[in-house]
Amino acid sequence: MDILTQWLGWLPNLAPGLLISLQLTGLALLFGFPLGLLLAVMAAAKFAPLQWISFLVVEIGRGLPALVLLYLLYFSLPDAGVTLTSLTTAIIALSWNTGAYASEYFRAGLAAVPLGQKEAALTSGLRGWTGFRIVILPQALRISTPPLAGLAVLVFQGSALAFVIAVPELMSKGFEIASITFEYLSVYLLTAVIYGSITLVFLALVRVLEQRLGRHLQRN
Amino acid sequence: MITQLLPAIAQGVGLTLYVTGASLLFGGVIGLVLVGATRSPIGIVRGIATLYINVVRVIPPITWLFLIYFGLPQYALRLSTIQAAIIGFSIIASAFMAEIYRSGLLSIPEGQREAAHALGLSTLTTVRHIITPQAFRVALPAIATYGIGLLKDSALASTIGVREITYYAQQSAEQTHEGLLSFIVAGALYIVISLVIAVVSRRVDLTLRKKIGVA
Repeated sequence: MDILTQWLGWLPNLAPGLLISLQLTGLALLFGFPLGLLLAVMAAAKFAPLQWISFLVVEIGRGLPALVLLYLLYFSLPDAGVTLTSLTTAIIALSWNTGAYASEYFRAGLAAVPLGQKEAALTSGLRGWTGFRIVILPQALRISTPPLAGLAVLVFQGSALAFVIAVPELMSKGFEIASITFEYLSVYLLTAVIYGSITLVFLALVRVLEQRLGRHLQRN
Repeated sequence: MITQLLPAIAQGVGLTLYVTGASLLFGGVIGLVLVGATRSPIGIVRGIATLYINVVRVIPPITWLFLIYFGLPQYALRLSTIQAAIIGFSIIASAFMAEIYRSGLLSIPEGQREAAHALGLSTLTTVRHIITPQAFRVALPAIATYGIGLLKDSALASTIGVREITYYAQQSAEQTHEGLLSFIVAGALYIVISLVIAVVSRRVDLTLRKKIGVA
């Protein structure tokens, strides 16, 4: 039980880090998902330059390792005269990354709505934006939600990357404690347990969400 | 400027490929064992394999690397940075590969197994000659996609000091103060390698399809 008392002693120091990890995840999702939807809609636009912009933003966001994207912003923004805190930089990088992946799920969701739905909306007099908002989007969102929820779990794990640019999140706090106490194994084991248990909670929520969304498919 | 940066950063390509390739290979082999274990008739073996896969997947890769590189030497198991990175990524890859194999196996209709049984083939022969070739073909695109994902994850190895692409990019950024350019070069290298993997896997996939006549 030695290790447990040790862990209990560290928890108060790790808690603020966890809070920042969760904050980072929440904000990355808050900005990333709408960005993803926007990119998906832009990719389907008739105006070609919009398609190119969407393609470029998505391919950079997905093609680069999240770590490289993070460093890219961290090292280049100050040169461009933009000075942001490391937390803000991490939020921007993670949102970009999230948006790029999310746009693929939104695109798949939009593509999965049968064309007949659009035609039906048109014959009902729902044109353009109105038809998209009332008829197409709700159906697309129902299809995209499970993979997006899965993405949210990955974003939480990705928030650990912010450690490299000295955002005081869970991993950094763990590193801090480890370099003072030299109990590397024990500290990282504790951070692993914290990440793992929160991810499990997330995953359980995703499963509940999937079941709720699939309710209309289960007759009787 | 770019003429100096490109060779400086491209030095890391070798180790990036080495870490990614070795981890994919080891992970792929361990994944095979795992997927076998998850289908074992013995309950406890199934339980352990499922637990392993889930535990591995819920912990972020960077935490794995730190656990292995900083944590293990405390008990006199000293590893080089490259060894630690390969062990860490192999563990992670094994869990994901096991899931990929599982979905490949699920895509094989039950009729194939029954047909092999009706022909009097033993279980081992069925798995070797009937199930695996078909499952592999189904799983190949997913394996390639995961390989590209692992390539990008391998950038994390720079945090424990493996001298791969991201490590050199960071070094160049600090020495030359050309942060943007350094990481654009690094990013471009990753994208080029990803594209090569994607194109090669597409080729192999097409060849396999032609071989069984469903081009």
